[in-house]
Amino acid sequence: MGLLELENVVAYYGAVPALHGISLSVDEGSVVAILGANGAGKTTTLRAITGLVKVAGDIRFDGKSLTGRSTEDVARLGVGHVPEGRGTLAQLTLLENLQMGSCLRHDRRGIEDDLRRIYEYFPWMKARGSQVAALLSGGEQQMLAIARALMMRPRLLLLDEPSLGLAPTVTQGIFRIIRTINEDQGVTILLVEQNARTALRAAHHAYVLEVGSIAVSGTGDELAGDESVRRSYLGY
Amino acid sequence: MGTELLLVAGISPQGVVQQLVFGVATGGIYASLALALILIYRAMEAINFAQGEMATFTTFLAWTLITQVHLSYWIVFPITVAVAIGGGIAIERVIIRPVERAPILTVVLVTLGLFSVFNGLSGLIWGYTIRTFPTPFPVTPVFIAGVGIGVQDLGLIGVSLALLLLIYLFFSRTRLGLMMRSSALYPQSSRLLGVRVGWMLALGWGLSAGVGAVSGMLIAPVTVLDPGLMQAVLLYAFTAAVLGGIESPVGAVVGGVVVGVLLALVGTYVPGAQDLRIVLGFVVIVVVLLFRPGGLVGRAHVSRV
Repeated sequence: MGLLELENVVAYYGAVPALHGISLSVDEGSVVAILGANGAGKTTTLRAITGLVKVAGDIRFDGKSLTGRSTEDVARLGVGHVPEGRGTLAQLTLLENLQMGSCLRHDRRGIEDDLRRIYEYFPWMKARGSQVAALLSGGEQQMLAIARALMMRPRLLLLDEPSLGLAPTVTQGIFRIIRTINEDQGVTILLVEQNARTALRAAHHAYVLEVGSIAVSGTGDELAGDESVRRSYLGY
Repeated sequence: MGTELLLVAGISPQGVVQQLVFGVATGGIYASLALALILIYRAMEAINFAQGEMATFTTFLAWTLITQVHLSYWIVFPITVAVAIGGGIAIERVIIRPVERAPILTVVLVTLGLFSVFNGLSGLIWGYTIRTFPTPFPVTPVFIAGVGIGVQDLGLIGVSLALLLLIYLFFSRTRLGLMMRSSALYPQSSRLLGVRVGWMLALGWGLSAGVGAVSGMLIAPVTVLDPGLMQAVLLYAFTAAVLGGIESPVGAVVGGVVVGVLLALVGTYVPGAQDLRIVLGFVVIVVVLLFRPGGLVGRAHVSRV
């Protein structure tokens, strides 16, 4: 059984169904990608997990049901969610953004260690702690969002379009960090991407969403290698 | 030459200095209540119209403890603040929480309802007789460079300053203060980090009721105590908040002092203006909103309609 299991999950925005009963599984220690076009339900899937949209069906994390739990309770179970738009605490400083990530932890030593590790991943952050987050570039805000979620020391990290609006080189850097986080810290990652090529290279397993249902799934290599899947669903 | 002209107009330099000090002292109180308003406004984008009446209620509580139970002002002071904080939290949890996600107008109407409730309660329990509230400061003036200045005024300035400094340190230096700021500005992001945003809002109400309680206990010895104690003060605090750009704590403090000094000078030196002070508050609000809607120190701010 996976660390995260979705079974027949249906989500609504008002009366409009956004997910028509999707099932997926994320194994502990893996990187899983959800791909698909705009409006396919990728973001909704992540929002369903952290209780930001109402759902029917079963969502289990580490054996515990998440359905009906409040967003803050899901977070406290160890799910870090970097939302669409990065969730930057724009008027707070960079350091305050990081401190908010660890605001519920009491292991002072552990927090310091994590902060040190963040500075190893993103050395530019060290000297800019007092800068207001709104003044950071898009790529810097994305890195800050990931770093903030890491300060929660999550078991599962949900990333909503980490490449959105970023230059290709910046995107590559971010995906390098995502892999490092997964390999070094063993954080399980579920990410949503429109940039299929980059996401498939990082993912162990991938699902392709199409208008609220899962169309195809397989390992990253399988999907990337399958000509027809590539042409019909991934658009490259 | 200049001095002679002033004397002819009945204005002595000593008098002006005294009025300035009095203005800063009352301004600090307006600033405190303005800060209480802003604490809630930043989280809900709604003005708590009951802020003043809640403070009046706790000031009456303090009056009872001081004059009936015969406790000293400085023992009653922290007790009253603690009661106010607890009451503020309870009000948010019980009365505001059900309308938290309702349109702003609903929240505003609820606070107007609270205004009536607390105003009525104060009247019901303590009546409408005007009472004097004991001052914790000596009434004798001290002479600084030949100008007699009320010790009470200096005391008020001191307590307001200490209060503002405490609030500043709480929000800028403590983890809880950071969590409250983040929750007010970015509720969804804060929830995703595990923060119980609803409780942070309740704490905000508690804190603002506590700050309001302080302003009530400071202003009551300067004026008189009746169920209408804070109504004019709330208007001046609101004026201060608008002057400061409604969202800025620093702006509110600057605005409070400006309003305090303005009211003191106009009330003393413009014939008949003592009775027009309330009107003056409204005039300042209208003028600021017309010409500098972002406040003196703030920026104009466009909002979705």
